[in-house]
Amino acid sequence: MLELLQYEFLRNAIYSALLASIACGIIGVYVVVNRIVFLSDGISHAAFGGIGLGYFLGLNPIYSAIAFSIAVAVGVGATSKKLGAREDTVIGVIWAVGMAVGIVFIRLTPGYVPDLFSYLFGNILTVPRSDLIVMLVLDLILVLTVGFLFKELLAISFDREFAQTLRLPVNLIYYILLTLVAFTVVMLIRVVGVILVMALLTIPAAVSEIFTKRLLHMMFGAAALSLLFTLLGLWLSYVTNLPSGATIVILAAAVFFVTMLYGRGRRRLS
Amino acid sequence: MPNLAVELERVSVYLDSKSVLEDINLKVLENDFLGIIGPNGGGKTTLLKVIAGLLKPTTGSVKVYGKPPSKTGNVIGYVPQMNRPDLNFPATVLDVVLTGRLNRSNLTKPYSEADKKAALEALKAMGLEGLKDELIGKLSGGQRQRVFIARALATEPKLLLLDEPTLSVDRRLDTRFWEFLNELKNKMTIIVVTHDISALSKYVDKIACLNRRLYYNESKQITQEMWMEAYQCPVDIIAHGLPHRVIEDH
Repeated sequence: MLELLQYEFLRNAIYSALLASIACGIIGVYVVVNRIVFLSDGISHAAFGGIGLGYFLGLNPIYSAIAFSIAVAVGVGATSKKLGAREDTVIGVIWAVGMAVGIVFIRLTPGYVPDLFSYLFGNILTVPRSDLIVMLVLDLILVLTVGFLFKELLAISFDREFAQTLRLPVNLIYYILLTLVAFTVVMLIRVVGVILVMALLTIPAAVSEIFTKRLLHMMFGAAALSLLFTLLGLWLSYVTNLPSGATIVILAAAVFFVTMLYGRGRRRLS
Repeated sequence: MPNLAVELERVSVYLDSKSVLEDINLKVLENDFLGIIGPNGGGKTTLLKVIAGLLKPTTGSVKVYGKPPSKTGNVIGYVPQMNRPDLNFPATVLDVVLTGRLNRSNLTKPYSEADKKAALEALKAMGLEGLKDELIGKLSGGQRQRVFIARALATEPKLLLLDEPTLSVDRRLDTRFWEFLNELKNKMTIIVVTHDISALSKYVDKIACLNRRLYYNESKQITQEMWMEAYQCPVDIIAHGLPHRVIEDH
């Protein structure tokens, strides 16, 4: 097993699992407690539009995906407020439009688009060094932002109305959070793909919540679980010769159902 | 002449083009203890939200200590109605009460020792110091309500707004709670929305009736006319053995 580590693509896979897990541990917790799972999924599908745009313009798709998903994250909040439309309806529309735009751009791109499939379902084994650096930078921004705004994010996640009576810039902080969700989604697309992003954003946080009672502990737990799922899933996919992204998600989901049952039993006992 | 804590002039609120509040004029003096009663759907919560700056009125002006509520600084302590029974959040009681200490000037900074002291004192005032490390979701409804009051007190507000604070089944606790508010009124202005009319009659200084319009004569008396207007039906309130009668004799 250890001799496998001499391959650069495997080392990169492990680094990207680690970097993505830090992000999804922290942000997954906010996604779960703020109940913005659907919005986050919308962001990830919209990011696909950004990936298509990146191919079309000949850019590294990770940059255009970041730009696209931030625009969507902030746009959804603003549009639903301005137009008075229900937020989940707006998300549903943007979700579909993001995918459609992505497909159109890719069709318009001359030549063969080699790893489109890996953006849909992820391929942790093809993460290049340059993407690792982008992920590291995103992680740094994310950790610093959450570090500085930890108590404000807690207040807004817990009770947005009360935070508003304290004259906090509630909307600004919420948009910052959505931007961080966009960063995380783009990182996770590398690991498990657009379709499966939500599994890594929600399952580690949800499982961690059963065993911890404070936001910070829940984040550490979620990051550790996410790393465990990715590495173990990667190994399982190697052993079984199945696609890595899907194997990671199925492993995470299995753990999720077992702990939910355990959590229910424990609540009944207490 | 004491300062004006709250001043509403010709305030109307329409939500989805439905009139919720109509032409509300209200003056609350500093250190007043005002109780607001009225039927369900009469706009009591909306009125508190307007004063708290959570809702901009469609027309009219709102002033809290002379300024619009969005510019007052940390003057208001808001205690929302307990409407989230499924509350399941990874935070301890102390975490929640500490959020009352947040403001624009400590943005991005950690909590100070003074913040922690104020939060612990607020917990103590509500008799919750033993539960400070308990998970917020593990508390009973009444305990959680007291946590929200402690959180508002931690702000050290000049104006305390309470939306239906007594929902606990335990009457003895309620009595203690009202006596506690009664002591607080020396330190701050209090506006409380409630159904508990017997408590109101005993403790508050002034009572207003709200049913889209506000019926208020800056006193503790509710006239039969006010009552009729607000509830649209004659209600006989029998307040046995109370030092003051809320409803005038008729």
